[in-house]
Amino acid sequence: MAKTLYDKLWDSHLVKQRDDGSALIYIDRHIIHEVTSPQAFEGLRMARREPWRLDTNIATPDHNVPTTVAERASGVAGIEDIVSRTQVTTLDDNCEEFGIMEYAINDKRQGIVHVIGPESGACLPGMTVVCGDSHTATNGAVGALAHGIGTSEVEHVLATQCLVSMKMKNMLVKVNGELGEGVTSKDVILAIVGKIGTAGGSGYAIEFGGQVMRDMSIEGRMTVCNMAIEAGARAGIVAVDQTTIDYVQGRDFTPTGKLWDQAVVFWQGLHSDDAAKFDLVVELDGSSIEPQVSWGTSPEMVVPVSGRVPDPAAVSDPVKKEGMERALVYMGLTAGQAISDIKLDKVFIGSCTNSRIEDMRAAAQVVKGQKKADSISLAMVVPGSGLVKAQAEAEGLDKVFIDAGLEWREPGCSMCLAMNADKLGNGEHCASTSNRNFEGRQGYGGRTHLVSPAMAAAAAIAGHFIDVREFVGDAS
Amino acid sequence: MKSFTTHSGIAAPMDRANVDTDLIIPKQFLKSIKRTGFGKNLFDAMRYLDEGQPDQSCDGRPLNKDFPLNMKRYHGASVLLTRGNFGCGSSREHAPWALDDYGFRCVIAPSFADIFYNNCFKNGLLPIVLDSTKVDQLFKEMYAAPGYELAIDLNSSSVTTPSGDTFNFEVDEFRRHCLLEGLDDIDLTLQHSNDIRDFELRHAAAAPWVFDAIQGN
Repeated sequence: MAKTLYDKLWDSHLVKQRDDGSALIYIDRHIIHEVTSPQAFEGLRMARREPWRLDTNIATPDHNVPTTVAERASGVAGIEDIVSRTQVTTLDDNCEEFGIMEYAINDKRQGIVHVIGPESGACLPGMTVVCGDSHTATNGAVGALAHGIGTSEVEHVLATQCLVSMKMKNMLVKVNGELGEGVTSKDVILAIVGKIGTAGGSGYAIEFGGQVMRDMSIEGRMTVCNMAIEAGARAGIVAVDQTTIDYVQGRDFTPTGKLWDQAVVFWQGLHSDDAAKFDLVVELDGSSIEPQVSWGTSPEMVVPVSGRVPDPAAVSDPVKKEGMERALVYMGLTAGQAISDIKLDKVFIGSCTNSRIEDMRAAAQVVKGQKKADSISLAMVVPGSGLVKAQAEAEGLDKVFIDAGLEWREPGCSMCLAMNADKLGNGEHCASTSNRNFEGRQGYGGRTHLVSPAMAAAAAIAGHFIDVREFVGDAS
Repeated sequence: MKSFTTHSGIAAPMDRANVDTDLIIPKQFLKSIKRTGFGKNLFDAMRYLDEGQPDQSCDGRPLNKDFPLNMKRYHGASVLLTRGNFGCGSSREHAPWALDDYGFRCVIAPSFADIFYNNCFKNGLLPIVLDSTKVDQLFKEMYAAPGYELAIDLNSSSVTTPSGDTFNFEVDEFRRHCLLEGLDDIDLTLQHSNDIRDFELRHAAAAPWVFDAIQGN
């Protein structure tokens, strides 16, 4: 029978199908960070359970770590916030006690969990990958079945190397045609979330396909898969092709020699069969996607940069209308306002969505030779890992940012969720390359606008949103 | 795990759609390394008028008097009535921990986000999906009657209103069974240890590179 890619990944990890509809699914790779793991390790200790398999886990601190050079200089001991320091220390202690490999705070390989997974080759095509973080779907970009789990499941995976799962339904999101110049993978996923809504993918695993996805780099595919959860789907995946195989070759944990040859043959089968049936197919025309900006407090509240803040009066569904009205009040915006008229206070370029080398390059290209607008009090660039940082510095991108008046930071989650010192002030508007514009997400009372790295960079220079394609035009 | 069989309690509203887990428990409280003590910070940004800090006593913080959980009529509420896609966003299990710690045993909504829904069952918290017209009816009745209580029976998978209307809901058989019995699902999985080992042998034969150890430093 013809299978989807998700069907194949599911079937190849099915340990046991139980009569009650639940199934045991084997987990190949487990990634651990400091926020969602302490209670899981504590649970193991209380029940006197040993991890099932140690050598499949990899850990790194990311959510709490400071990003200023000064605060990072003395490692964990230098973390000023004592509660954050305790959480990072607890991860170090747990990894030490249980014997789990950790990229600790100032290891050059440390970084955001979803950046280091593919970067190190720990997450490979065809694997099942889980992590106590909803953006784990990022790894789907290399053809892995990857999704976020809660802390009880972190404990469950540590103890059994399995998850109790129910099979999800299959959705294909097909992005046809070609993207215009200056339109990026971030704009693609924001447009998708805007189209199907923040609950549109609930209960589904989404496969992203179509010519636009085929033409996209692996890092771009990561940006798309990363935000599958913003469309409600736990998992987003992209079929393996030559781009995937070229990407994974030569990484730290990628197989070599005969194993590599064997793996490549296996991976080449990781795509949906031509006759595979999806429960739902959604199609978008890539050429009609414009650079996107979120205006509200849900990732589905997006419009093209040329657009205006929508009017709730035009919406009939009372629950939706009320949500839009509340978002307008929280964001301090009025219906009909041009997106380019929104005044910005800060710019954040980073997060598991957009902190890889291609994102750094895209942002640097826009700000090169320009100066940050005086009205922007802080524009920060936070690379996703120590290796991304080193690569960017080798290319001189750090100097481009610094010369333009942007801050160049140490790797971590940073202002995406503001668990460290990087946060918005009450009422501040931020052009952010992160993934969530929820109330208070980037700081109490903070107002987030989700955009691509190039759009955030352009906003840092202009002081307001501007169609980055105008910048691209200038530069070329 | 805590079991759930039947429960009757006062219903309180969270009358908006797409309530995300950042709203349920803001990130500054995720720095705790414990599973308990999150109840006082449930819906922190809506419940209080100031910005909450971890390890801070909430006694004396200024309350938002318009927030339902601060209203006398909803004191002691243990059933949360809400709108679609409740629990979207972050996978933080701190969200069900906070609801549980506050005293909620059950959340009723037209739909839930997948990860949150799953996390609830690990903590003895019952998420109930009812279609939106029924949820609308419950909201209307609750607003009209202070002290409005709902009776939930997981054995019969039903919600009963004070006037005797009974609505049935669906729960996966595995989850229902675990919740009714308060079963530890790690123990249940470990009963399949031989199946897991057999699978590992098959898997290693088909894809041996998957078992290359993560090691180094």
